[in-house]
Amino acid sequence: MTHETKRKIEGTAALLLSTLAAFSGLFWLIFILADVLIHGIGALHPSLFLNDPAPAGVSGGGLKNAFVGHLMITAFATLVGVPIGLLGGTFLAEYARGKNISKVISILADIMVSVPSIIVGTFIYALMVRPVGHFSGWAGAIALAIIMIPVVLRTTEDMLSLVPWTLREAAFALGAPYYKVIVQVVYRGAATGIFTGILLSIARVAGETAPLLFTAFNNSFFSYNMNGPMPSLTVSVFQYAMGPYDDWHAQAWAASLIITIFILFITVAGRLLLKWRYKH
Amino acid sequence: MAQSAKRDVADIVFAALTAISSMTIIFLVTGILVVLVSESSLSIQKFGILKFLTTTDWDPVRENFGAASTLYGTAVTTVLSMLFAIPIAIGIAVFVTEIAPNFLKGPIGVAIELLAAIPSIIYGMWGLFTLAPIMTKYIEPALQQTLGQLPFFSVLLEGTPMGIDLLTASVILSIMIVPFTASISRDAFNLTPAVVKESAYAIGATKWEVVKNVVIPYSKLGVFGGVVLSMGRAIGETMAVAFVLGNNHQITSSLLDAAATITVSLANEFSEADTDIYLSSLFYLALVLFVLSFVTLFIAKVFLLRAERKYSR
Repeated sequence: MTHETKRKIEGTAALLLSTLAAFSGLFWLIFILADVLIHGIGALHPSLFLNDPAPAGVSGGGLKNAFVGHLMITAFATLVGVPIGLLGGTFLAEYARGKNISKVISILADIMVSVPSIIVGTFIYALMVRPVGHFSGWAGAIALAIIMIPVVLRTTEDMLSLVPWTLREAAFALGAPYYKVIVQVVYRGAATGIFTGILLSIARVAGETAPLLFTAFNNSFFSYNMNGPMPSLTVSVFQYAMGPYDDWHAQAWAASLIITIFILFITVAGRLLLKWRYKH
Repeated sequence: MAQSAKRDVADIVFAALTAISSMTIIFLVTGILVVLVSESSLSIQKFGILKFLTTTDWDPVRENFGAASTLYGTAVTTVLSMLFAIPIAIGIAVFVTEIAPNFLKGPIGVAIELLAAIPSIIYGMWGLFTLAPIMTKYIEPALQQTLGQLPFFSVLLEGTPMGIDLLTASVILSIMIVPFTASISRDAFNLTPAVVKESAYAIGATKWEVVKNVVIPYSKLGVFGGVVLSMGRAIGETMAVAFVLGNNHQITSSLLDAAATITVSLANEFSEADTDIYLSSLFYLALVLFVLSFVTLFIAKVFLLRAERKYSR
């Protein structure tokens, strides 16, 4: 075999392997999504949304309480996490732009984005659950907010940095104080990007389970009381999937399907929004 | 700059508000560290640091706790999943940047990002109900009959295939971390200047030779950063492995045995810990995990920052 053909064969083989790798990525995605879809659709039933859990082993129960609980925990987490993340990102990109403190916080936030979420759960357990002696929806919401803050902070910082500095100078020239420049000019310029960041951070926390396990815990009854244990879809999925009943497994699949659709929808919407905004 | 703008009260208030908000990050990092240390102080006093990390016993009844078995589980699943994931992730990055026709680049890129967005609990469900049975029935027996006949692998693959084991957990973990590694490697590959690649093509290099000798060496800092970042994620992943690992505190030589990782023990035992020393030891585990993943992620960040600085020159 000549050197030439050897190089060609080696090249083709390597390219073939990486093509295979790419399609294996696609294969897993389709496999997992199809599996969740097939199992989930079979178990989708109005009672899932309309009924609260039935006693263990009795069929006909639903997860209404978990849907409401999940919505409430996520909503309060968003209410706490988004403003702090947004303002924090503003500080890094505006008042502290280019300063060392900004770089340090930025790096720490990047690390916090990837820190295991179960750690946040243990942290909140020590701060908010053990002192009062019971699990609570508030603890769950704060745990999720803590996961949200670094995500929103980093995207806000990046998006504000994309707004041209000359735009601010134009506003300064009109005599506007810095906070007015930020709120009325910079935020407007970066609105789509910031909004996308918020969407993606909601998608990120909506699927979290680990930080809720010992903060919001679970509750098989319907409850609006954020001060007591609060059910959530993800924790219910974990509990039901590990349980012994087929009916529980079916409900876990259905809940998984809903979570997956919700999160993938937000993720795709966010990406499309970004693409549409920054394609020029 | 800020100083030239008119400073009125509202501006100072707004600036202070943003400053405080950004400080929450520093407060969180130090707060988590302080709280975990103080909560685990009981266990630190009783078991010390080296002894805790090297003791394999995890016995709530006799109140004797050590982290070695869970550290072992975390190490094995992390290393194994990285072994599976890195070649595939690099392959995907090569495909998307160098091989794929333009109409395929978009869909594959989106697919990778969607894989990254699926919550870990979905991976866990899928692993328990779909992957574990497949592993038990087909893959693990097949591995035993082929690789298992070789001297070294026979130890790794002994026992009855149950599907709830280190191997299944590592496979799920690898599917989860492929997207992270792939998308960072892709970004790093994309930063290779076209001129450098074109000069290699001009002297007659094949596509693979360009990738191997130009693109990968040029972007190795970024790729390495991506790999370490995914390692940080793998160390801390909880729900995807919680379903299929069995939370069995033991050090086993076989990959077909149930085991426990730090995250899995925390998820399973935290709300059930009934004695102070038990809970304190679990906080101690969380502290070990926090330090471990923080250091890993910090190293990843340093590499990624260095890569960024190199390319921006």
